[in-house]
Amino acid sequence: MATLHTKTAARAMMAPAVIVLLIWMAVPLAMTLYFSTLNYTLYNPISQPFVGFDNYSYFLADPTFLAALVNTLVLVVGVLAITVIGGILVALLLDQDFYGVNIVRLLVIAPFFVMPTVAALVWKNMMMNPVYGVIGQFLTAIGLTPIDWMTEVPLLSIIIIVAWQWLPFATLILLTSLQSLSADQKEAAEMDGAGALSIFWYITLPHMSRAITVVILIQTIFLLSIFAEILVTTQGGPGSQSTNITYLVAQQATSYGDIGAASAGGIVAVVLANIVAIFLVRLIGKNLDA
Amino acid sequence: MARSVSIQRKIGMTILAWSVGLLIFFPILWTFLTSFKSELQAISIPPVFVDFHWTLENYRTIQTQSNYLHFMMNSIYLSLGSTVLGLIFAIPAAWAMAFSPTERTKDILLWMLSTKMLPAVGVLIPIYLLFVRFGLLDSRLGLIVVLFLINLPIIVWMLYTYFKEIPGEILEAARMDGAGLAKEIVHVLAPMAVPGIASTILLNVILSWNEAFWTLNLTTSNAAPLTQFIASFSSPQGNFYAKLSAASMLAIAPILIVGWFSQKQLVRGLTFGAVK
Repeated sequence: MATLHTKTAARAMMAPAVIVLLIWMAVPLAMTLYFSTLNYTLYNPISQPFVGFDNYSYFLADPTFLAALVNTLVLVVGVLAITVIGGILVALLLDQDFYGVNIVRLLVIAPFFVMPTVAALVWKNMMMNPVYGVIGQFLTAIGLTPIDWMTEVPLLSIIIIVAWQWLPFATLILLTSLQSLSADQKEAAEMDGAGALSIFWYITLPHMSRAITVVILIQTIFLLSIFAEILVTTQGGPGSQSTNITYLVAQQATSYGDIGAASAGGIVAVVLANIVAIFLVRLIGKNLDA
Repeated sequence: MARSVSIQRKIGMTILAWSVGLLIFFPILWTFLTSFKSELQAISIPPVFVDFHWTLENYRTIQTQSNYLHFMMNSIYLSLGSTVLGLIFAIPAAWAMAFSPTERTKDILLWMLSTKMLPAVGVLIPIYLLFVRFGLLDSRLGLIVVLFLINLPIIVWMLYTYFKEIPGEILEAARMDGAGLAKEIVHVLAPMAVPGIASTILLNVILSWNEAFWTLNLTTSNAAPLTQFIASFSSPQGNFYAKLSAASMLAIAPILIVGWFSQKQLVRGLTFGAVK
């Protein structure tokens, strides 16, 4: 009797959160799916004939789509590589004994709290501007020719900006994991004559594997939808050299008013994210069981 | 002998760690310094570091020309509004999951996590059209609801991991003493849950403050928060580095301070409790 009562109460307490999330997920997704089969543009809102899969073939056949797909993958993999490897190195450094640990920690974590539009504009203008930017001035001072980051290597520039924002996140999580490694284990290995490198490879790295998996999973979710950094720096250009799927879809809707094609693109993005999600959830599931 | 070696090592590590820390922090430090320069000093070649004429002029200009306070107030409304709404929905849900778990609790939690994996562009179009239809475009209310919904899974997860650490026996003991549900919550649960709830609030405020997909796509001016305010600097007009820097400092300073205080909780919240 008491348990039945508690169960009903528990259900009633969970219901509002579950219901609003369900609506938030299902209704817009169903509408996107529906719009994706219509010839629907904002310039002709009266007639919206059914066109089946035409929007999909239009979107998928667009050479910009392939470019955006490749850019999305390069962006995600590039940022992950920098932040995971860099994060491990910085975490190992912060785990050492030195003066001012707490202050250095604050310095390293700070970029994570900088809003994306600020990070992107500060880097674009004050760091990467070929004439007045700090990097350009530094390169000139040591006798090299500065490059125009945003037009010559637009995608790399965005990778650098985004990696700067996410390096603190990776560092913080890897450091948390590193600090739960027992000193005994390391000491025992040292007694057995293991060098610093083999301790890292056989003890530290396996210990951090779960945290690394978590970093990859969570960052991938956010990195697939990079938007603001592209909007305020290169606007996807030059051409489509720095356009990712998220930016391409938003552009179809807001610049060209093509709701049908944008919806088809949105569904493509959902499918892609799901492929990544399934792969990553399995990976993290294995790791959680171990 | 051994001691002097270890001190030498510590000094070496100190130099290395501070160099790396300052390198990572440099763009923020540079923005901070530039915000006190004149526009001409901001683009001087070679750059000046500290020996320039410090001025507050840029901060004054930002407020009078760009109406900074309007955007700042919107950021506050949006992040606090979505957080309060999130807590109203998430506290009961997380409480039920932590203290009356059923065989489906885990599935519900994982399903909530999966909603975070739905790319925003997949639902942007209908939300945009619905907002146009119901006159919610560029309104604070509309954006508060969207921010509340995108962060709800994180709030539920985070509260769940905190509530789970409260021992169930304490609740049972209170029940044995004849405390009703309301008393149980107010006198027993609430005091133990306060730290977890506080951390959740901090994290959610940070995430909402910096959210830059929905805020950029669904606002223009009326409900525009600081993300949109800064984006208006993306098309440069003449010398603007010093003003951009002042605007940037004003946009990030509040959350930088909040963030520095809540870094520990951040790990927990953003990893859905997987790393503590």
